[in-house]
Formats: sequence, structure tokens, C-alpha cells
Amino acid sequence: MANSFSEPARWRDLDKLLARCGNIVGPGFEPSPQLRQEIGEFARVLVVGAGGLGCELLKDLALSGFPNIDVIDMDTIEISNLNRQFLFRLQDVGKSKAEVAAKRVMERVSGVNITPHFCRIEEKEIDFYNDFNIIVLGLDSIEARSYINSVACSFLEYDSDDNPIPETIKPMVDGGTEGFKGHARVILPGMTPCFECNIWLFPPQIKFPLCTLAETPRTPAHCIEYAHLIKWDEAHSGKTFEPDDPQHMQWVYTEAVKRAELFGIAGVTYSLTQGVVKNIIPAIASTNAIISASCALEALKIVSGCSKTLSNYMTYNGVEGTHIKVTEFVREKDCLVCGPGTRIDLDTSTTVSQFIEILGEHPKLLLSKPSITHRGNNIYMQSPPILEEMTRSNLQQPLYYLMGKVRKDTVHVSGMAENNGKKSSSLRKLCVVFKGIAAADVATQMDTAGNF
Amino acid sequence: MAAESKTKYDRQLRIWGDQGQTELEKASVCLLNCGPTGSEALKNLVLGGVGSITVVDGTKVEKHDLGNNFLLDEVSLGQSKAKCVCAFLQELNDAVKAKFVEESPEALIERNPSFFSPFTLVIATQLLEISLLKLDKICRQSNVMLLVARSYGLTGLVRICLKEHDVVESKPEHFVDDLRLHNPWPELKEFAKTMDLNVTDPVVHKHIPYIVILIHVAEKWADGHGGCLPTTRQEKKEFKDLIKGYMINMDEENYKEAIESSYKVSLPHGISSQLRQIINDNNAAEVNSASPDFWILVASLKEFIENEGAGEPPLEGSIPDMTSLTEYYISLQRIYQAKFESDCLAIEHRVRTILKRIGRDPDSISRAFIKNFCKNTRKLTVCRYRPLEDELISPAISELQKYMTDEDFSFSVSFYILLRAVDRFTANYNRFPGLFDNEMEEDISRLKTIAVGVLSDSGLHGSTLAEDLINEMCRYGGAEIHPVAAFIGGVASQEAIKLITKQFVPLNGTLVFNGIDQKSQVLAV
Repeated sequence: MANSFSEPARWRDLDKLLARCGNIVGPGFEPSPQLRQEIGEFARVLVVGAGGLGCELLKDLALSGFPNIDVIDMDTIEISNLNRQFLFRLQDVGKSKAEVAAKRVMERVSGVNITPHFCRIEEKEIDFYNDFNIIVLGLDSIEARSYINSVACSFLEYDSDDNPIPETIKPMVDGGTEGFKGHARVILPGMTPCFECNIWLFPPQIKFPLCTLAETPRTPAHCIEYAHLIKWDEAHSGKTFEPDDPQHMQWVYTEAVKRAELFGIAGVTYSLTQGVVKNIIPAIASTNAIISASCALEALKIVSGCSKTLSNYMTYNGVEGTHIKVTEFVREKDCLVCGPGTRIDLDTSTTVSQFIEILGEHPKLLLSKPSITHRGNNIYMQSPPILEEMTRSNLQQPLYYLMGKVRKDTVHVSGMAENNGKKSSSLRKLCVVFKGIAAADVATQMDTAGNF
Repeated sequence: MAAESKTKYDRQLRIWGDQGQTELEKASVCLLNCGPTGSEALKNLVLGGVGSITVVDGTKVEKHDLGNNFLLDEVSLGQSKAKCVCAFLQELNDAVKAKFVEESPEALIERNPSFFSPFTLVIATQLLEISLLKLDKICRQSNVMLLVARSYGLTGLVRICLKEHDVVESKPEHFVDDLRLHNPWPELKEFAKTMDLNVTDPVVHKHIPYIVILIHVAEKWADGHGGCLPTTRQEKKEFKDLIKGYMINMDEENYKEAIESSYKVSLPHGISSQLRQIINDNNAAEVNSASPDFWILVASLKEFIENEGAGEPPLEGSIPDMTSLTEYYISLQRIYQAKFESDCLAIEHRVRTILKRIGRDPDSISRAFIKNFCKNTRKLTVCRYRPLEDELISPAISELQKYMTDEDFSFSVSFYILLRAVDRFTANYNRFPGLFDNEMEEDISRLKTIAVGVLSDSGLHGSTLAEDLINEMCRYGGAEIHPVAAFIGGVASQEAIKLITKQFVPLNGTLVFNGIDQKSQVLAV
């Protein structure tokens, strides 16, 4: 069973693409009857998210000749997933999405090996993500996309002329849907715009002004948000509102109905209450299938070279007729995430704790509680406690020594970054340059003192 | 609907509502050929809770099916493909009635055309032109909707075949609200008069809804301009300045909203050309006892516009949220709602009169249906698709020529021609071009010759197709690649949903998938 990936009869159709030459193909495409097997041996794919897109992606990738797949998702299965997340059944409700999805696909496509990770994406070491040849994103949150993007971009290295070094490019394919609409995009960090370069494509969610909620409500949503954001805290001192607790939701609904009656506003329903409070994005099977298929096809083309690839953003809109559009976005020249790194000039005497202060005050970074690594070595780690203790003595050491006395190098810092008043975990790449060191002195030998 | 179904279908009910779901659960869908393209299309409909499905396929499961069809597994080898696919689909949703017929679709089309008449929709996948031509005729005759889906290597297509599809709830994303600021009715004017833009209370001043602000300012403007509203760019700018003049300070949201919405006072009177075309359609001019309800309503709408409406359609009755005191906003809502109700009543009266005249029960169209129609008159959409045979015999040459020379369309139109050439090749040689490695060179030149024939039959004499694409078609050798099939099947299922729920606007041409750089296009040929 395990070697069903080597059965040519099974892969008759896919092999037409992989074994035959063509004139409209990617760079370095070397068609051969063995190509599929070679891909199977070297290619590792990570699917981020095992929801509407993730379920489809796992199926599509398994049937596109990728036998080694990992999938990561922190969520458990809910009843409202079943209208589209086809790998789940009613009896699976409450179980890990990643685990059930991996099991179902392995049951049906013999020879495929899917490793599930039932955890938050931030829980994994950064190096975990470096093991994959390609990362495919099936997410519904901007924050999670942003995080994975920053991780993938952190592997990117530039040469001395600030050109990206090809072996360090970690390709990503990202999909997203809402109702009858969706997008698929290819991100080759350093070559094509990264998620952060075009962050404006995702407009911020509109929030109602508090005075409208408190004084001049007009719509059912205003009444619901009043109950959710104002009344809840008044009535439950200190108790946080849990959107997944049906009793909490019922309370908000009841309060919203009362408020609506008081002001003569019609239209508060339980379903609308859930929609407003949880910011529910409508989702259907067909759109997820279309977008995932598009992403999986791009992954196959990127890894095998069997055809050109999408350059670099496709939108699908089935609301009024059916429209497919490809846009070639350009990189943001000074992108903090995929560029050569935010340049920081330091004295050779700057200690790690001084460096940490600089990170917190740097206007482009505003990074608090940072953990710092240099070429895979821990300079200072905030957690877990054991690592913090081991690296604590470095705080008073000059960074220059800990970095092996190089004039200029890349340093990765992860911590909480402030963005528009909102804090989120972020990974940043810095280009640290020590002042007063001539370029000729760079050849100093690597001294790894103080690294763990 | 049961509570569990409500929860299970929650994310889609937020799109098409209970009404759409009811239509879906009433629908019976027939799938022809359950390879990956068809299986994926049906999977998406079964998940959504389509009423019943019938899977038609005459083949047995072979090894190569396991490499591209998720609905089949090791155990299925040697068994009926239709039976195995059907069993897996049933596992996805036990509310769906799933059946299978182990027979070749071609044979059914040939020998048993009446087989298709009980279905709401037929999804025909991987069928050749020759069978599709017959199937299109059969489905048109029995008023069954037909969706055609095909995946082929890195290309494929989806198209709709039916006589006419009428949409009341087209639910466009962007549509200008129907506020009648260019032509306010007496009750609205009266209400606006009760408010003073020069009110001294600052809280009241910054909570006058922009509808009222615009009515006041428009009246003032008209007084100074011989009863006309601003039309030129310069006038529109001056109009905005006039609004600004009323602001006490620059952060009054209601005035900002008024400036942003000021173009609404200059909107053209009357109905859009799209709606004009619909009310002037022959179907509305000659309603009789056999007319569909939709056209009886259009006929009533036409009478309304020509009489009570004085050139305008019934008011939609809803207003967007805007900065306002609660009581002002609620009063405005009531005024718009009351006008909507009275317009509805007038239409309803006309509907009942027409029904009586054509010999139908005057109450045979429900009030709820009429109201929903009135809410959507500006968004009515009628889609017509000409017979497949017409397209093949007399394609829209000017469109084709335009596509051939447009860089954005050149791959898609070439694939369109080449897919037709592949069908002719297959009819001649009884196999796909490029099926065997050792005949590749011959097949490329054979397919090229046939494609030149398709081009000249389509009126495109002298046009040429890129050699690279002819090579590509032969390279594909009829392969059904899973992600391509999932894409095509996904599009087919989304179109099926739109057709069955009678909501949103379906595909209005042939969607040609371009898996090379994803620049797919919809061709109107």
C-alpha cells in the first residue's frame, strides 16, 4: 500500500503533465517518468488551516502527487462546518480538525502520509516551518496570514548586492473566500509581493462608534453591539464574554431585543446576533473548492515546473455573472517583512539589553518582549523559562561578540509588535550593522560564544 | 427547518436564506459521468443539501481513477463507478436522496431522451460535442436546465444551456440605494420641512440625517436654478460647497455623509436601460394563461411605471444606515416603508386584474412573492442562452475575432477552438490526440489540421493558433488532472446553486479555464 505512489497506472493522468515536455512550462522543468516519484521523495508541503479551504487543499494536494503533507490547525470541528468541510462527519464534532482531516485523506488516498499538528501556529518553533518546500495557506484571519508570511520571509536571505538568494525563498500559496468570492495568490518572498506588501487589499473591519451604540442606535446590529460591548461589562463585572458559550450568546441576544424594543428598531434575531458578535463570514462548499483547487494547482506547478505559474493574484467573483481576474501586484520597496531587513546601526559595545530597548523604541518596529536569534542560535529567549534562564546571562554581553564579531548580519526577533494601537505577535528580520568596522574586517572567524 | 439543519447550513443560509435552501432541497440533479470533474461538482451540492441526485456512468473503476478521484478508493476497483461515487456522496449527507444508474450517458441520450425530463438540472461532464448537441435539444424541450463541464489537461470549460432564466433576487454587491432624492414624494418632503438645518442645538444639528439635508439643499439649489438640479461637474462642486456652508464644524459626520452622497440628487429620473428592455420584452407584452409568474409581474410592473409610478419603478423601501438621532431615522424608515407598501399594493392590484383577465385564479400569486418582486424591480435579470447548435453553426464572428487579437483573451479563445478540435479528432480517431507517446508528432499535425478547419468553419479564415498550444493539447492527451477537475467541478456547482436557488446572476457565456497562468475568461460566442 505504502508504495502506491510508485504505481504508474494509478497516476496515468498526472504523469501526462509530469513526464511529457511542453513549451509553456516553468524554468528548470525536467519532464521524466520519474519526476512524480522524485517530487514524492523530496517535496514536503505544509497546509496551514484544516477548515473549508484546508480540507479541500489536503485532498487536492494528495491527488496532485504530494505524498508528504503536514497540516496545522488549532480548531475543533463544529456542526456549522459540515456544509463544506467534507472530511468531517457529525460524530467528529469536538475533535481536532487537523487530526480528523489527516486521517480521512490517508484512508482514501493510499500511500499518502499526512502529519497533523493540533496547535496554534505560534506554538511551533520557527525552524519547524523551514522544513517545508512550500507552504499553502487556507486561513480566514489576517493575523494568521501575516504571521506565517513573516515566518516564511524570515528564511529569506539577501546577498551583498541585496538580491534574494534563490535557495532561501520559501514559496507560499494563499487562498481566501467569502460567499461567492475568493482569491488565490502566489508569494515568492523577495521576488513577488509578500502578504505585508499588499496588506491594504484587506480593508480593516468597520467598527461602530461607541456613541452611536450608546446614544443613537438605528440598526439591529447597533443594538447587538451595545449588548455585547457595553451592557455585558456593566452586568458581569470582570467576566469575559465567550462567543462560543451559548448562554452568553443568548444573554446578548435577549439584551439586544430589549434595547431594540426600547428604540422601536426591528430585525434583531439570534442568527444576526451570532453573525455580528462573531463576525461570521458566510462560506460555501463550491467557492472553497474553486479557490483550493487553484492553490493546489499552483503548488504543483511551483514544485514541478510543469507549467507557468500565476503571477501573482487571482480573484474569483461569482456574484453577478462569473468573473476571473489576474492582477500582477508589485513589491513594496521598503517592506519590513520581505525586504533585506530593517537596518539597525549599533555600536560594538551595545549590550543585548540595550538592543532590546532600541527595538521597543524603534518607530518602525515598536517591538516589546523580543526573543532574539542569530543564524539559528539563541541570543536571548523570553520563553520557555528554562531557555530564558540559560540566555539571561547574555543580556549584559555586547551583541557584537555574541554575533561572532561580524560587521553586518541578519538577526531575527520575535515579540509583540504594535500596529494601529493593536498588539500582535510578529517576527521581524533586522539587518544589524556595527559602526566603525571596516568591511575588510568581516573575515573574522565565527565565534559562537554564549550561544545555546 | 430542524434546529440541527439550521446550524449545519448556517454559513450558507446567510447567503441564500431559507427560501434559497428550500429551492435547493426541492431540486433533483442528474450527473452524467462521475469522473473527478462530475464527482467534485456533485460533492459540493450534496454538502449544501440538494434534494436528490442521480449519478449516471457506465464504466467500472480502474487504477487510474484512484489517482484523480477522491470519491473512489482501493475497494472500488472493478465495481461500477456510479455506484461507488453515489455511496460516498450519500455518506457526506444523509438528508440527500442518492441514486445511481449504471449506463453510458451517450446511450441514454441516444435511446431514452425522456429519462432527463424529471430533473431540475442535468450536469453533463466530459461529454463530446456530438452528444451535447443532442442533450441540449432534449433538455430545452423538457425545460430542464443543463450545465456543461469539461476538464482537459490544464484547460476546461463550463457553460449553461437553457432557454431562459429569470432572476428576481440578483443580489448585486454594489447598487445605489433607491432614495428618490432627485424626486422626493410629498410625505418625504413634508417630513424634511419639519427639520431646520439652522437649528441652534449642536447635538440636533449634527444628527439630522443626510437624506433631509440633501432634500433641503436640493430645494434651495432648484430655487436658484430655475427648478433644475446640478448636472455639470462645476455645478456639482458648487452644490457640495452649498452643503458645506451649513456645517457648524468640520467633523459633523452627517454633513460629510451628505457631501459624499450628494450625487444622489442628480441621478437620472426613470428606469435603467436594462429594466426598460425587460418591461418591453415580448413575454411581458402578451401574457396569457401559460405565462410564467415572473412575466405576469413584469407586465404589472410595466403598467405601474406607465401609470401610478409616473415613469418610476416601485420604491424599494429600505434606507442605508446614516448618522442620525434614532427617532429621525426610524421616522424616515417608516416613510420609505409606507411608500413601498402603497406601491406594492398598486402592483398587487394590477397582478390580480391581469390574472383574472387571462383566466387564472387572481390569488394564485402570493403577496409575499409580489412584495419580494417589488423590492427587487431595479435588479431584475433575464438570462437567455442560445442553442448549442446555433453557436456551432453561426458563432458570433465579430466577438471571436476580437478575442483572437486581444492578448488577454488569446489563450482562452485558442483553448475554446482547440477543445472543439479535440472533439472532432476524437470522433474521427476514437481516441484523444496525444493519448500515445509514439504517435505524438502525427497527432500534433492532425490536430492542427482539424483546428484550422474549426477556425474556418467559425468564420475565422486566416487566423492561426499558437503552435505551443496545439502541442499542449496533445501533451494533455485527455488527462483529467485532479485540481483542474476540482476547479471546473467547483465552478459548475456554484453555477448550479445560482440556477437552482434563482438568486444571483449565473455565468453568461462560456467560461474557458486557463490553468497555465490562471487568466481564465468568459467568452460570449
